[in-house]
Amino acid sequence: STLDNMRFVRRSKEDKKIFRKQLKASHILLKHEGISTVSQPTKSLVVANGGLGNGISRAELSAVLKEIGEIEMLVMPPRPYAFVTYRSEECAQKAHVQLNGAKLQCEEHTVTLYLSYVKSVPCEEDVSVSFPMGLALLDNFVSPEEEASLLSAVDWSSSNDGVTAQKAMKHRRVKHYGFEFRYDNNNVDKDKPLPAGIPAECLPFLERCLTNKIIDVMPDQLTVNQYESGQGIPPHVDTHSAFEDAILSLSLRAQTVMDFRHPDGSLVALVLPGRSLLVMKGESRYLWTHGITPRKFDVVPSCDSQPSAPTSHDSQSQSNLTLSRRATRTSFTFRKIRHDPCRCAFPSVCDSQKVPSAPEPALPSLPTSHTDAAHLEEEYVHRVYNSIASHFSSTRHSPWPRVCHFLSSLTPGSMLADVGCGNGKYLGVNPEVIAIGCDRSSALIQICAERGFEAFVSDALQLPFRTASFDACISIAVIHHFSTPERRLAAIRELVRLLKTGGQALIYVWAFEQEHNKQRSKYLKEQSKEKYSMPLEDTHHVENVQCVSKQSGAKLSVHTNRTAFKTQDLLVPWHLKGSSLGIGSEPRTSPGSESERSLPVYRRYYHLFQQGELQQLCGQIPGVDVQHGYHDQGNWCVILEKT
Amino acid sequence: MKLLTHNMLTSHVKGVTQGYPLLIKATEVKVNEVDFNPQFVSRMIPKLEWGALVQAAEELGQKQDLPDQVVADYEKDEEFLRKVHRVLLEVEVMEGCLKCPESGREFPISRGIPNMLLNEDEA
Repeated sequence: STLDNMRFVRRSKEDKKIFRKQLKASHILLKHEGISTVSQPTKSLVVANGGLGNGISRAELSAVLKEIGEIEMLVMPPRPYAFVTYRSEECAQKAHVQLNGAKLQCEEHTVTLYLSYVKSVPCEEDVSVSFPMGLALLDNFVSPEEEASLLSAVDWSSSNDGVTAQKAMKHRRVKHYGFEFRYDNNNVDKDKPLPAGIPAECLPFLERCLTNKIIDVMPDQLTVNQYESGQGIPPHVDTHSAFEDAILSLSLRAQTVMDFRHPDGSLVALVLPGRSLLVMKGESRYLWTHGITPRKFDVVPSCDSQPSAPTSHDSQSQSNLTLSRRATRTSFTFRKIRHDPCRCAFPSVCDSQKVPSAPEPALPSLPTSHTDAAHLEEEYVHRVYNSIASHFSSTRHSPWPRVCHFLSSLTPGSMLADVGCGNGKYLGVNPEVIAIGCDRSSALIQICAERGFEAFVSDALQLPFRTASFDACISIAVIHHFSTPERRLAAIRELVRLLKTGGQALIYVWAFEQEHNKQRSKYLKEQSKEKYSMPLEDTHHVENVQCVSKQSGAKLSVHTNRTAFKTQDLLVPWHLKGSSLGIGSEPRTSPGSESERSLPVYRRYYHLFQQGELQQLCGQIPGVDVQHGYHDQGNWCVILEKT
Repeated sequence: MKLLTHNMLTSHVKGVTQGYPLLIKATEVKVNEVDFNPQFVSRMIPKLEWGALVQAAEELGQKQDLPDQVVADYEKDEEFLRKVHRVLLEVEVMEGCLKCPESGREFPISRGIPNMLLNEDEA
């Protein structure tokens, strides 16, 4: 074997090192590339480290190899090696002797070449790749003079001037004219044109496009991208609903390679020379993505082939590739804003035609019947509490002081019912009373049971307690979840039914007025100061009740958390695991941040009580004496006695 | 569910007039030791429907020698108070159901928690 022969040959230290490296290179080639090298001389050699993948251009390698002798073929795949076939075996042998271990100085770096004989040069597969339909590349579309004029029209010095929208992107500089393309929603504000339209310098070019029937309508939006060497743009399809069909992209100064990808995986890499115009229409505009890989060199067809000929890595003859160093390229992309929904033939990728994956359910209406009300509460109260029970409970650990005061004032041995007891935080406040809790949410009652409290699942409108059996009951933050005045009244009636004569009930409901005696409730205080910009005077003591109370049948609106209430009947979001929202002074976790917005959001129905409304309801029940009414941390509260 | 709670519960099915006391069909009953507080128990006694308590204890096989009537001067009768303490606070129905004596409607008890929700047509 080769190694055995080596023992009889004295080699210099350097020779040995080269030999080891060459062996290693051969092994790598065999292992990773399936290229088998042979020890017997042939006409063909693999040149490890001499490939496009090492940053060696075709010209550089070719020059070195040609010094040895006449080359039949030089194959440069986009890999860290190349194949050379000499006219004669002698030349190949000579190359092996002279170049194996030789250092090749390139523009930026030095590589050491390792050469091995191969029996044959791997034949590149000539896969025909479908060229994107509707794509056209027009060479030398603008003259060097026009190129200079267009470039001078872009003033990069004024940043974010408001006239044109300029953004320093992570990978490139961008400037918008006519309309700003927003990268947050990948669309344009069609009713907010920018003060600066398309620069006049572009008009001769655009007129030529119209005259030559490249486009049918004058574009009204221009995006200028400036790419430094090494920068790129991720693969994307221009938003269908934002722009009409034809998209023009003018490449100025340096050339680049744009990659087009079909959803089936096909890749077509297209060289965009300076001063060329790329026209994307139809399938190439709607279905194929286009993007520029961020890199400093592109593998491109060598200069003897047509530079503008559409190519792909797969179909391009590998013997015909070389490297192109990137430089600063500026592209002008002209588009026409679309005002009607897109009706292209590619609905799977069309935002106008795509059915939203999770359609936002229509907001419910304020109920007009008992049945509607029960259904609304089932969906927007009962189900929500069961879903959020654990998180809700973790935010409900501190009892409100004035509720505790009421509980502590009860005679020892009093029978107490907590109707809507939640996680049971009031059931153990006064150990001298006999407390039983109930709640509509089985998940919350489960938490009570785990804490050792007596509690069961029940609806507050049909309580299974015997009549006149309790000395006291409390209803804390419950009655505001009933969606008609009749049901709110019925809930209070049911509380009164449980009471013995002389028994007391404490009721808390969320107040529409979140400011009382010029004090903002903690609910409002807990919102960040930056968010709080509107003075609350506008909504404080609203005289006209009609303007905030919703008519039954009207659509409910969704409340913005920790702002003043706009209507009495609304849906209040609960951000699961994020910020907790409760009434009054409940302790909360960290305030909601934008990042939490992606977590599940549940909406709970609330009827917010206006001042006097709770007393007015209680007053409708015979045998009830409202002893005390007060505002406590954003809630309206009453203590009533059964007479 | 402790028998204290059972003592306060009644059937609330629409139309039912004789819904008290609810019958107990227990498949699992547990007796937990609870600290005895004679004052607390004696305060509880006047709040109770005594007959219902005795019946419930009987249904669960936990009556033992609980008297059918509340004894006189029970505040000072520690032996009696201990019996009441046991049936009221230490006996717990974990699995089973509560049954309306009039309509026969059953309310399940699972993991010690009665579910007293009614269907739309029962309310």
